[in-house]
Amino acid sequence: MRPSRVPLIVTWSVIAFFYIPIAILVANSFNSSRFGGSWESTSLKWYIRLMDEPSIWHALTNTLVIAASATLISMVLGTSAAFALHRFAGSRLQKLHYSIIYTPLVLPEILMGLSMLLFFVALKVQLGLATIAIAHVTFCLSYVAMTVLARLQDFDFSIIEAAQDLGAGWWTTVWKVLLPMLAPGILAGGLLAFTLSIDDFVISFFVAGPGSTTLPIKIYSMIKYGAPPLINALSTILLAITFLCVIASQYLSDRGRRGAA
Amino acid sequence: MRRILAAGKTVSGAGKRRVQRAVSEFLEFEDVSKRYGEVKAVDHVSLSVRQGEFFSLLGPSGCGKTTLLRILAGFEQPDTGRVLLGGEDVTDLPPYERKVNTIFQSYALFPHLSVWDNIAFGLKVAKRPKREIKEEVARMLTLIQMEDQAWKKPDQISGGQKQRVAIARALVNKPRVLLLDEPLAALDLKLRQRMLIELDLIHDEVGITFLYVTHDQGEAMSLSDRIAVMKLGKIEQLGTPAEIYEAPRSSFVAAFIGDTNFFDGTVAEPLEKNSVLDGLLSVAVDKDYSRLKIEDFPDLECFNDKQIKEGEHVFLSIRPEKLSISRERPEAAPHLNMIEGLVEDVIYLGSQTKYWVRTGDYRISVIRQHSRYLLDEKPIRWREKVWISWHADDGFMLEKYSAQDENLIQLPPEEVGETTEGNQILARAAGGGAAPAESPGR
Repeated sequence: MRPSRVPLIVTWSVIAFFYIPIAILVANSFNSSRFGGSWESTSLKWYIRLMDEPSIWHALTNTLVIAASATLISMVLGTSAAFALHRFAGSRLQKLHYSIIYTPLVLPEILMGLSMLLFFVALKVQLGLATIAIAHVTFCLSYVAMTVLARLQDFDFSIIEAAQDLGAGWWTTVWKVLLPMLAPGILAGGLLAFTLSIDDFVISFFVAGPGSTTLPIKIYSMIKYGAPPLINALSTILLAITFLCVIASQYLSDRGRRGAA
Repeated sequence: MRRILAAGKTVSGAGKRRVQRAVSEFLEFEDVSKRYGEVKAVDHVSLSVRQGEFFSLLGPSGCGKTTLLRILAGFEQPDTGRVLLGGEDVTDLPPYERKVNTIFQSYALFPHLSVWDNIAFGLKVAKRPKREIKEEVARMLTLIQMEDQAWKKPDQISGGQKQRVAIARALVNKPRVLLLDEPLAALDLKLRQRMLIELDLIHDEVGITFLYVTHDQGEAMSLSDRIAVMKLGKIEQLGTPAEIYEAPRSSFVAAFIGDTNFFDGTVAEPLEKNSVLDGLLSVAVDKDYSRLKIEDFPDLECFNDKQIKEGEHVFLSIRPEKLSISRERPEAAPHLNMIEGLVEDVIYLGSQTKYWVRTGDYRISVIRQHSRYLLDEKPIRWREKVWISWHADDGFMLEKYSAQDENLIQLPPEEVGETTEGNQILARAAGGGAAPAESPGR
């Protein structure tokens, strides 16, 4: 019996469904025509034009600053949370803690954004880069915590005892053994958080203030005022960054898993 | 069979070693206890280990041997008592300040570091000069014969090599005691036997005190100078492998170390001077022997060095290899016991044959060594009527072998056949019964 072709066809259809729009966008970013419908010639015109748009660069800087700080903070907090979750596994408080950490992953973003906004307004906090970063930490933390927790679950803790047995005090053990061994997990979680922070729109939209426009918000407003070719170029760059992050993240968590085995 | 071979090896190996060692009480546990909730993992244990000794803590899982080791390593705090190392009280020292190093069951190598860096870890932490670190690590790599693998990561080397790296990583720090926590448990049988020899060689070479924790009596017997058999947090018997095997002090030890046959009996009045067996010798030695009444059997004689009184209920334990098997009734001799039975099973093992002989309610295990060319004789076969005989000195009167002991001796499946099949009580235990609870410390 010949193997059925159905799975193959389905697979390719799904891939096409997901990636053709992206491919069109990427292709169009190299199209010198103003309109996506017709192909004039291949050029880097829009990328060059992008260079002359200070507001875009400003938005990109904002986005990167927010993503970097949110990622760093959530790497620290997320790792600590993962330790606590692992250490007290089974207790009732741990279950509550786990739910609290897990919830942001499933909560509708619009709800998160709105509640953040209300929270900041209630506290009379000036909206801006800081508020966006804090808002991003809330969900980035969960991703880091979950990634690190997964690594801790197959972590052989006799390795920690071995380090102490060989004369390493607490700090030496943490620096020389624990962190290096968990680093791939922490970094993978961090990269995931970084990507999510870079292209977050909904939450950022709610808690952004004057002068703190992020790239996704900028793109949105550019569409409103109509500048599609520029957006194509910008999105392609964004896409490339995201792709690199995801690949790095996967590589790191793979390597970490093999290291632990 | 493996056990018996291993035991044979000990006698020669241990003798050679003992000559060179200075004898001094070096490591002492004084009245050490540790509880986990309701479970007494270690129950008022006092124990001394001599310098340079290969000392084993042997017992079924949950007997507290690992807890005792972890107390010495500093990973657990005892509830009572103290631990002395070279006369110094180390009870309250953290693990990293103790001059002992551990080899973990899972090896616990640092996966992110190369073999070289793993071995150098302890020296680096101790901030030793770079040149010294290089020399010492190189010396260790030579010892474990892994000079050419120094830059591999732990996941690129085999189980046996990991084991050797773990040994080198511990030994490089020149610990006063090397602690080994079931170090061979994760290896397959062949590798285990090779590592056994290597451990022995390494111990001879470095002369450090080894404290070895295992549930495998074969390992303990073949490596150790002395063994402490543990049961439920207490030391059941302490002695050289031969002492423990030949003169078990309790039924538990007799059944746990090697095979044995148990007979359920009552001590009768001592032999009269007019013993039918021998007129001349019995006069002098009679009071050393007791008569045992066992159901279905003729009266048996047993050496009684424990002054067990008349009327007491005892378990007579006899090792299978101490029994002789023959078609003809053996000639009567002083202190020779004999019973008749029917061969139920025969297992030919090359150097020896194992028989199971049925007498009344008992299924007796007998091992016959083939010291002569076997094909010249007509070997005893299945369903033959045979005589079993043994000297009264070779039996031991022990206290009752309890259901609790049976459960404790539950071993992993491949071990059950070897240790317990020989007699009825144990054969029943092997089938059912819950495995003993693991101590939380393990």
